[in-house]
Amino acid sequence: MNIQEIETEIIEEFSLFEDWMGKYEHIIEMGKSLPVIAERYKTDERLIKGCQSKVWLHSEMKEGKIFFSADSDAIITKGLIAMVMRVLNEHSPDEILDAKMDFVEKTGLKEHLSPTRANGLVNMIKQMKLDALAYKAKV
Amino acid sequence: MNLKEKHSALDIQKIRKDFPILSRKVNGKSLIYLDSGATAQKPKQVIDAITKYYSEQNANIHRGVHTLSQEITSAYENARATIQKHINAKHTHEIIFTSGTTESINLVATTFGKWLKPGDEILVTAMEHHSNILPWQQLCEEKSAVLKVIPINEKGELLLDEYKKLISSETKLISITHVSNTLGTINPVKEIISIAHAKNIPVLVDGAQAIPHMRINVQDLDTDFYCFSGHKVYGPTGVGILYGKEQWLRKLPNYQVGGGTIKTVSFAKTEYADIPLRFEAGTPNIEGGIGLAAAIDYVNEIGLENISVYEHELLEYATKKLSAIEGLKIIGTAKNKASVISFVIHGIHPYDMGIILDQLGIAVRTGHHCTQPIMDKFGLKGTVRVSLAFYNTKEEINKLVKGIIKAKEMLK
Ligand SMILES: Cc1ncc(COP(=O)(O)O)c(C=O)c1O
Repeated sequence: MNIQEIETEIIEEFSLFEDWMGKYEHIIEMGKSLPVIAERYKTDERLIKGCQSKVWLHSEMKEGKIFFSADSDAIITKGLIAMVMRVLNEHSPDEILDAKMDFVEKTGLKEHLSPTRANGLVNMIKQMKLDALAYKAKV
Repeated sequence: MNLKEKHSALDIQKIRKDFPILSRKVNGKSLIYLDSGATAQKPKQVIDAITKYYSEQNANIHRGVHTLSQEITSAYENARATIQKHINAKHTHEIIFTSGTTESINLVATTFGKWLKPGDEILVTAMEHHSNILPWQQLCEEKSAVLKVIPINEKGELLLDEYKKLISSETKLISITHVSNTLGTINPVKEIISIAHAKNIPVLVDGAQAIPHMRINVQDLDTDFYCFSGHKVYGPTGVGILYGKEQWLRKLPNYQVGGGTIKTVSFAKTEYADIPLRFEAGTPNIEGGIGLAAAIDYVNEIGLENISVYEHELLEYATKKLSAIEGLKIIGTAKNKASVISFVIHGIHPYDMGIILDQLGIAVRTGHHCTQPIMDKFGLKGTVRVSLAFYNTKEEINKLVKGIIKAKEMLK
């Protein structure tokens, strides 16, 4: 699936839930399935500045695709990361840089999350795109 | 009189009707507001006073001869007198309007601080809000003075013996919180003050979390300074009080200067006004002062003694109910507590708990509560904090407990 298709899939999944409680359950489930980052990458330099919860992000380039791994000490944050990962993981730097990421808005997450949390999500996406940019420059 | 009889003195359902926001829905659920420690909700008496000010009374104070200006000047000065009476200050000119606790503390740190010399010491406690740490920390850095910290025990109680040991001939001021916003601990401020005074050291008390819960009598405490915010005692945001003993206020150098703080001004020489106006530069938060007085009147109408008794009952009920939840640990178990309960749940991030409770319409605070040193002391990244006011009910606590259990299931 390309990035756009994955985004559409997530938006459709979210539309199935009637209320946010259900959506949160879904986010939490995704959080539990997040491929976790190796402990040695959980360093302060890899911390993304968030609000109340910590987020670590690591990326590697293999055969033209970027592989992300990440973790957070809060499960809902982990779920949000997992969603972003689902969309961006294992794509080329160009694809990642071109990703619209409008699922954040179309799932209602952007509106629903508090500004600090929404910011955290946006920062995470930004960091992934920055990584993609760095890999692209290296190629 | 026993607790039950006293409690029946309050008609909580009637009181709740005074707070329009309490009938709001949040995420489709009836709001359960358990974050009064961050800011209290406002009764319509306060909202009405502010509306009336803007629709009928607005003018600048201490300035004009016209009727509106005179009317609002006396209303504002009456508000000062209401606050003076409420905390039993000796004089109205010992009451200075500020923007809040934070500014009140900064005012003292800035002015008193001018006298500080290298090697002088300021004492604070390990349970201070950042607002009662940073002004002193910054001052000590500027003046090469030393900030010393009175430690606390595992229950979150001050170690008075350590306090006595920390006092030295270099100690110039002691700044302590009356009630901890994170742990709920009520500190024995009267005793702390008398120990300090035996060595002629002045004391500032941060009363931000005490003022909504108990009667404050600054003369009985014999405190040199007492600070609080309007918004935590059911009044508006952006207004607060610095109480200072007359002899201190007269001695303190100027803080911010400008319009309102003077008698006569010329480029050669300015003669400053008397206290309290010398510390109130610029047009003040007039609506804030008026609203705060309305809040104080409201609290007195309900009766602080009734409030203390009922809130204590809520605290005990909530403590019992919360403690029964598996894996839940209350942080802050001092013998003497205000209605603030911080807790952690094994394996669950406070932030996750806060989000799920919010979905259920339950507003709690999560995080470090501007008291990072406390979090370090207990080795935590944060807690969930429930702070109860007299408009809360046992039914709400029951719903909180149900909510926590549901959230635990989702998050585990
Ligand atoms: C103990 C304590 N001190 C000071 C403050 C700061 O009050 P304000 O933000 O109203 O200035 C607070 C507010 O949370 C507090 O709880």
